[in-house]
Amino acid sequence: MNFFSLYQLPEQFDIDLEQLNKAHKTLVKLTHPDRFATASERERLMAVQKNAQVNDGYSVLKSPVSRAEHLLSLRGVELRHEQQTMQDTAFLMQQMEWREALEDMASAPDEQQLTALDAELVGHINDHMTNMKMALDKNSDDGNQRGADEIRKLKFMLKLRAEIARLEDTLHEQ
Amino acid sequence: MAYSNKVIDHYENPRNVGGFDKNDPSVATGMVGAPACGDVMKLQIKVGENGIIEDAKFKTYGCGSAIASSSLVTEWVKGKTLEEATAIKNTDIAEELALPPVKIHCSILAEDAIKAAVDDYKSKHSS
Repeated sequence: MNFFSLYQLPEQFDIDLEQLNKAHKTLVKLTHPDRFATASERERLMAVQKNAQVNDGYSVLKSPVSRAEHLLSLRGVELRHEQQTMQDTAFLMQQMEWREALEDMASAPDEQQLTALDAELVGHINDHMTNMKMALDKNSDDGNQRGADEIRKLKFMLKLRAEIARLEDTLHEQ
Repeated sequence: MAYSNKVIDHYENPRNVGGFDKNDPSVATGMVGAPACGDVMKLQIKVGENGIIEDAKFKTYGCGSAIASSSLVTEWVKGKTLEEATAIKNTDIAEELALPPVKIHCSILAEDAIKAAVDDYKSKHSS
């Protein structure tokens, strides 16, 4: 399934989010099960399937990392189920340090410390995003491989941010 | 998801957590990560002059299966030569811990961590 064509968007990393939102509203309406209440069983089933595709596509295209992954998969580079490990020692050492810092903070979460760490991560995430976009825009084998590498790194970074968000939630619950 | 008893045992009582001084020439470090889930694993081995792994320690940030896999391999590599240690297969780990298919990548991570640590030892001692 090509979600870019489902949403009539150009098959590239940068997309117009407003256009995506508009198209989503239209497609959701078109495939809404209520419209098929009196239709045949087969038509109803097809609408349900289409509706699910529309929603899947929306969530994939909305987030930059999953959109990039989808773009690469259309270009024949499959990342979703890869089981290959990453061995970039410098990158992983840094990950380890951040995790350790986060672990230390977990015992007595401090809003300011968490915010500072989060800001640091966002800076790195933006760098990886820029590199990813530049690599994917090349639309070459080499560019795709480099883009895939950036996506892998971004996944580690986003996992860290999710942990920070989780800790911040526990702060606000108290 | 239900974890096997062995996973739970290693998760609740992880063996050999920690690290060695990475500047110690007898110590080698393997760093690996799984992009799919964001897990990070550090495995360190301490190798004797006879080429036998005397001790191993790990630090893993990840799910229960990743922690259990690394805890298990620290036990397994002790007393082995470098060659014997690299012969440990992810399928052995997955079988021992009864990992479900969606957690196989955790055992791959542990296997690759051993290989990375052995490679690090060899590169440290080749010159």
